[in-house]
Amino acid sequence: MTKRYPVLHVENLTMHYLTRKGEVKAVENVSFSLDKGEALGLVGESGCGKTSVALTLLRLLPENARFLGGHVYFFRDSTDEAHARRAVGKPVKILLDGQEHQGRLLEATRSHLVLDASANGRREQLRLNRQDVARLGVDLTALSDEEMRPIRWKGISMIFQAAMNSLNPVYKVGDQIIEALQTHLPISVPEARERVAELFQLVGLDRQLMDRYPHEYSGGMKQRAVIAMALACEPDMIIADEPTTALDVIVQDKILREMRQIQKKLNMSMIYISHDIAVIAEVADKVGVMYGGGLVEFGPSDAIFKNPIHPYTKALMSAFPSIKGEKVKLAALPGEPPDLIKPPSGCRFHPRCPFATEICEREVPEFREHKPSQYAACWNPLSKGDR
Amino acid sequence: MITVALQTQTRTETLVRVEHLRKLFPLRTGVFARARSFIHAVDDVSFEIKRGEIFGLIGESGCGKTTTGSLLVRLLDPTSGHIYMRVPSHPETNSQEEQYVDIATLEGRALKEFRRNVQMIFQDPYESLNPRMTVFDIVAEPLGIHGIGNVYEREERVAELLSLVGLTPPESFLFRYPHELSGGQRQRVAIARAMILNPSFIVADEPTSMLDVSIRTGVMNLMLDLREEFGISYLYITHDLAVARYMCDRIAVMYLGKIVELGPTEEVIQNPLHPYTRALISAVPIPDPAVERQPIEIKGGVSKPIDPPPRCRFYDRCPIATERCAQSDHPPLEDKGRGHFVACYEI
Repeated sequence: MTKRYPVLHVENLTMHYLTRKGEVKAVENVSFSLDKGEALGLVGESGCGKTSVALTLLRLLPENARFLGGHVYFFRDSTDEAHARRAVGKPVKILLDGQEHQGRLLEATRSHLVLDASANGRREQLRLNRQDVARLGVDLTALSDEEMRPIRWKGISMIFQAAMNSLNPVYKVGDQIIEALQTHLPISVPEARERVAELFQLVGLDRQLMDRYPHEYSGGMKQRAVIAMALACEPDMIIADEPTTALDVIVQDKILREMRQIQKKLNMSMIYISHDIAVIAEVADKVGVMYGGGLVEFGPSDAIFKNPIHPYTKALMSAFPSIKGEKVKLAALPGEPPDLIKPPSGCRFHPRCPFATEICEREVPEFREHKPSQYAACWNPLSKGDR
Repeated sequence: MITVALQTQTRTETLVRVEHLRKLFPLRTGVFARARSFIHAVDDVSFEIKRGEIFGLIGESGCGKTTTGSLLVRLLDPTSGHIYMRVPSHPETNSQEEQYVDIATLEGRALKEFRRNVQMIFQDPYESLNPRMTVFDIVAEPLGIHGIGNVYEREERVAELLSLVGLTPPESFLFRYPHELSGGQRQRVAIARAMILNPSFIVADEPTSMLDVSIRTGVMNLMLDLREEFGISYLYITHDLAVARYMCDRIAVMYLGKIVELGPTEEVIQNPLHPYTRALISAVPIPDPAVERQPIEIKGGVSKPIDPPPRCRFYDRCPIATERCAQSDHPPLEDKGRGHFVACYEI
């Protein structure tokens, strides 16, 4: 068995927003997984829930959001003491010799992890040797706000949409990163300055720029500074929400390539969120396609671009012009994206789907594996011949 | 005002001819201060648009493409240069007679008459429609401005236009407000408003860049269909080369106020000659993970064309610049065959 090294398992994530008009069913039953060093691209149109998924798993939801269920297992090496201590009493997943154990962690001693793996009325307690256990995943949804804080930045950091506008205009850029570093790590100012210089070099900024103010930066430079900030505490994973959307194409290309290089160099995991499937095609190893609050397809990037299973994935791709290949008339998708306050019954895509049948209207399709490691939620999956 | 009477119409005739167009914006240091320096937003730009042609202006932000579009509909007054456009000689009658008019110098009534023939579609359909007007009021407003038809005729015409742009049944849209419509529907309303006076020329400034992919294609196809049906010419302004390839017959690539390359879309995209165009095209992501791109690096970033030195605008970033480029003026557009023009000494 090949050695899997998971970073994130997301299972049946569901989150709604309460608004005056009604309940917006923004994230519905979203499941995916991400391994160490992998880049996942979450793609979909505005309002499909891709940013909401990120906010839900980082527990950065606004007041009117209601978390309704699901698990987010965040994995680290089982030898990580702080991580194990945090996991005691919480639902966990443990990876041991390629086998997955699930349950509640009762105790974490120097040598052992004690797991209550009771399930289906059967009582079972596992005592696992800590040296043998490869990865320990703790359910982030069960953590308190206090326990969650160190996960952000050090575990998972996020580059927000239009993050370049989030730099404080009255502080020097370098000082802002130093402040972030000192909040999360026991580090002196000179050490922090040295670290910022390293980070600047990593993202391709001149170290002199540390002592400049944001208004002296161009758009691309600000985006680089924000990336440096996200990298500051050496996170296992970065979520980048539309990291290059406001940038011109030449700058976008440079920054995406640099992010990819940094990711490979540090063997980091990434989630790229974008509406642009061309960008996703370039950076992602795995792709998740979202529509109307749900993940409709998930799998390896090559497979999904070559043989999409879900009709929406295919529609999205055939609506995208390219500068390469033959010039073809693009097929427009009829209708409008769904209103998530009153989403369509059954499969949320069925009113716009050319292959919809009666069952699509009635029942929600199960999100399951259609081809090896290619998942989709569809009653009438596309066969290879359709493309 | 220069006018030339014309009688005939052909498919290949020139509708718009832009000659040495310039627009400088003064940079003032205070309210009463004299302008000491100028942004050369559009600097000696010349091109032609044929009847029924979609001509694309491509470039990164700040290259002057939107300023050029605004000059062509006279939302801005040019600093110098000419914009000749074919307009009906007698708009009140149904005469086919046309004449070239230099719209750069039009004023008063003549300017208003000219505006019947030229319309603009803006980027952001959330901001370009008045939120307190109904769809009917928005689309019928040009009819009111030009005093065309009575209420019944206007309603009929608006309904006709709404069906044309795919807002059917029109009755269900007439008395709605913009906030009740989606982005794609709003942009269709903007297109209906632009079409209602039967213009011969439309300036479309990034009309689909705010729209989602599945909606965008419908709007792009609608604009292509309108061209087929009514022979409208577009100046299509976009930063997205893939969109330009889909929409445009010919494109011009702008860099800091200058056109650096111009030609048939497919020719320019598949065989770019100018070092800037090459770098730009090589940076466009391809929606296919199987394709490996070879990006061409250029140094530096886009600056602002504030009192640019009298040499090639791309000199500071150019990988193939020579002594000659440093000594000479900005190179003129030179014909390289097949209608492919490039402004570069080294190509």
